[in-house]
Amino acid sequence: MTAALKTRIPEVLERYEAEILAEWIKEQLAATTQRPDLMKGSELNAQSTKFLKLLRDAIAAGMDIQRPNWEPVREFIGEFSRSRAIQGFTPTETATFVFSLKQPLFVRLRKIHDGQPDYLFEDLWNATVLLDKLGLFASEVFQKSREEVIGRQQNEMFQLSSPVVELWRGILGLPIIGNFDSKRTQLVMETLLKRLAETQSEVAIIDITGVPMVDTLTAQHLLKTVTAARLMGAECIISGVRPQIAQTIVHLGVSLGDVPTKATMAGALALGFKRMGLAVVPARRPAAEAPV
Amino acid sequence: MERIPILSMGEFLLVTIQVDMHDRLATVLKDDLANRISETGARGVLIDISGLDVVDSFLARMLGSIAQMARVMDAETALVGMQPSVAITLVEMGVVMSRVRTALNMEKGMALIRLRMAEEGTDEGPEQ
Repeated sequence: MTAALKTRIPEVLERYEAEILAEWIKEQLAATTQRPDLMKGSELNAQSTKFLKLLRDAIAAGMDIQRPNWEPVREFIGEFSRSRAIQGFTPTETATFVFSLKQPLFVRLRKIHDGQPDYLFEDLWNATVLLDKLGLFASEVFQKSREEVIGRQQNEMFQLSSPVVELWRGILGLPIIGNFDSKRTQLVMETLLKRLAETQSEVAIIDITGVPMVDTLTAQHLLKTVTAARLMGAECIISGVRPQIAQTIVHLGVSLGDVPTKATMAGALALGFKRMGLAVVPARRPAAEAPV
Repeated sequence: MERIPILSMGEFLLVTIQVDMHDRLATVLKDDLANRISETGARGVLIDISGLDVVDSFLARMLGSIAQMARVMDAETALVGMQPSVAITLVEMGVVMSRVRTALNMEKGMALIRLRMAEEGTDEGPEQ
C-alpha cells in the first residue's frame, strides 16, 4: 500500500507557495534564533523565496536529495551555510532556517489530506525526512566552513609566528614565538631549510626567547631542525635560553647534543660572525684620535 | 653499463649525481671512487646531490660508507647541495649521517675540505 501512495508534497508546494513562504518568513522572524543584528529582513526574504522555489523545482523529480536534480538545492544550502558561518551565525540558527519550514508545510499537508490520516502520516513522514536531511546537510556544510575558517587562521598564525630573517649575508635568524610542537616543527623546518638553500647561508640562529616552555619533546624537535640544517651543510646556533628554560633543561636532563647555545641573540650572532671569519670592529675614529 | 662520471680537478674528485640513484648505481659509484682515489691520490671528494629529489636509506648508508672509505684512504668527503625536502625526509627517517661533512654548494664544500686539509697540514709538520 505504501508504494501506491503518491506524495502530494510537490502539489502542496505548488499550490500554496505564497502562503507557505509568508508564514515561513514570519516564523523565522519570530524565532529566537533570528539575528537582526547579522542579517536584514530583506535578505532573509530573498533567501527564503529562492530556497522555496528551488525546493519546489527539485521535489517534482523525486525526494532523494542525492539525485542530480537536487544539485541546485544542495548548492544553495552550501552557499547559504558557508555565508552564515562566515557572518557568525550559530549552527542552530543556520539549521533553523530549514527546520522552520516544517510548520507551515505541515499545516498545508494536513489541509490537503483532510480525512485521510494514512496519507497524511505518510506525507508528514516524507516531509520530515526530507527537511531533516536538508537541515543536517546545512549543519554539515556549516561545520566544514567553520573548520576551514579555523584552519586558515591557524595557518596564518603559524606563518606569522615563524618568520625567517636574514641577519647578515650568510646568517639567518629564526625567532620562534609560541609552543614548538610537531606541526610547528614541520613548518619551521621547511621554511628554514628553503631559505637556507635560497640564500646559501651557512649559519642559522634559532631564537627560542618566545618559547614558553622547553621539554624533552621540544628539544627533540629543535634537534631535528638542527640535524636537517646540518645535512644541508649549514650550522645552527640556539639562542635566547632564558634562566627558567636553562633550569628546566637541566632539571629534565634534556640533551641538546653538541648544538651551541647562547643566552642572547647578540651572543649567537657574534658566534656566527666568528664561524664565518668575520669581525666587528669600531668605525674609524677621526684622525686626531688615530692610534700612534 | 651505466655509470656516474667522476671528474678529477686538482686534488679533488667531483661527482655530480643527476640521475635517479638506484642501488646498483650507488654500489658501482663506491667502487669507482675507491679506485679513482687510489689512482689520483685525491685529497678531497665532493659529491653534489642537488639534483636528487629522493635519497633512500640505502643511498644514505652508501654515502656514509663512501665517506668512511675515503677517509681511510686519506681523503675528505663532502656532501653538497642537499635539497631541503631530502634533509627533512632523512631526519624523519632517523638518518643523521653524522660522519659525513655537508656543505650548501660545491664552492663551500671545497673551502671546507681545504680548511680541513690545512688543519691537518699543520699537524703533520714533518711531511711539509
